[in-house]
Amino acid sequence: MKKITFPITEEQLNDLKAGDRVLASGYLYTARDAAHKRMYELLQNGKALPIDVKGQTIYYVGAAPAKPGYAVGPCGPTSSYRMDKYAPSLLDCGLKVMIGKGIRNDDVIESMKNNNAVYLIAIGGAAALIAKSITKSELVCYEDLGTEAIYRYEVEDMPLIVGIDSKGGNVYKR
Amino acid sequence: MDTRQIEASEITLAVKKMFMDCNYFIGDDILSAIKSSYEEESLPVAKDVLKQLIDNHEIASSEEIPICQDTGMAVLFVEYGDKVTVANGSFTDAVNEGVRRAYIDGYLRKSVVSDPVFDRINTKDNTPAVIHTQIVPGDKIKITAGGKGFGSENMSAVKMLTPSAGVEGVKKFILDTVAHAGPNPCPPMVIGVGIGGTFEKAAELAKRATMRRIDTSNPDKRYAELEKELLEEVNKMNIGPAGLGGKTTALGLNIETYPTHIAGMPVAVNICCHASRHKECVI
Repeated sequence: MKKITFPITEEQLNDLKAGDRVLASGYLYTARDAAHKRMYELLQNGKALPIDVKGQTIYYVGAAPAKPGYAVGPCGPTSSYRMDKYAPSLLDCGLKVMIGKGIRNDDVIESMKNNNAVYLIAIGGAAALIAKSITKSELVCYEDLGTEAIYRYEVEDMPLIVGIDSKGGNVYKR
Repeated sequence: MDTRQIEASEITLAVKKMFMDCNYFIGDDILSAIKSSYEEESLPVAKDVLKQLIDNHEIASSEEIPICQDTGMAVLFVEYGDKVTVANGSFTDAVNEGVRRAYIDGYLRKSVVSDPVFDRINTKDNTPAVIHTQIVPGDKIKITAGGKGFGSENMSAVKMLTPSAGVEGVKKFILDTVAHAGPNPCPPMVIGVGIGGTFEKAAELAKRATMRRIDTSNPDKRYAELEKELLEEVNKMNIGPAGLGGKTTALGLNIETYPTHIAGMPVAVNICCHASRHKECVI
């Protein structure tokens, strides 16, 4: 089991191979369909993003509400392919890590290789368990989107698997 | 005609309880299937994923928090007795109020948007529910309710096969749909198949099939054997838990059928994730 930090270091990123199990600590941003659409449209119009994604991590998730006393509600990954249309633009802005579940298309994989980025997967449906590794959640922007708003999560030993590494090694291609 | 009055508030409370319960407590049929798959898998990554799912169910049920963050769109199958009248409200409003209270009071995620194409504004209470109602003889209301997650819903398909396709055509379409879904719908899946009826009836049957316990079989022996055979075929695909390989691609495969037209043989495949969440009640 490899230990990594978010934001990820170049050295850690280069060391990750498809299939590796990792425990991640540090912080990341959440974004899913609606937030991606907004960010993509900003970039299309030559405008600045609400968060600086350079070197950062985006987790594709829309959490359930937190019960009183909890840092965050259950928060497993959502299907990544729905973000495929938007991901290359963010990778071109320096995004280094995407976390989700399921397959990515060739455009995303090509862009990951060009931009030296990695795709990690969390176990879909293990949402209550994954929430145990999130220690803090704060709203960053797009509050009107509800569960689809962008949040900043602090994570500690978040269990992940390398889905696609920066050389294009792919855990789903067997 | 003698009628039986049921208070709208009673329906609301029953619906609220079903949606909260189904999101916290997985069915014992699903949990025991995951546990036996865990014993049977030899691939370490498959074992590891199944162990996480077992641990996840333990956390969700003991802390009464949702199993999955996608607590679904509310779907209800209602058998409405023709001698029932609802007092102090309407049936549909009472159901939606139950959904609203479950999703707000139960810390479930609100995942419904008002308009599918243009506005896509969250309704903030997970309403409206999708309600399939059948009028039946009697003075009771039977409700089967489930929260349907969309990671798997998006992997579902309907095909208008024609009679010459035969059982081989049915098998091929089901297996192709599952293979195409691959790692996306959070395998191990529960697969609901609807065969017959019309275009929309097949889809409804497939949804209903996902809400039947996976330790039951179709009462027609031929379909029961087809369920068994297709489940075995699916589990040879090596999609495996979380799509990372292994023997457990599906936990169950249920088929429901209905008479159809001389020219047709509609088939619908409704994919559900491993967290197949549904409850029943009779009021």
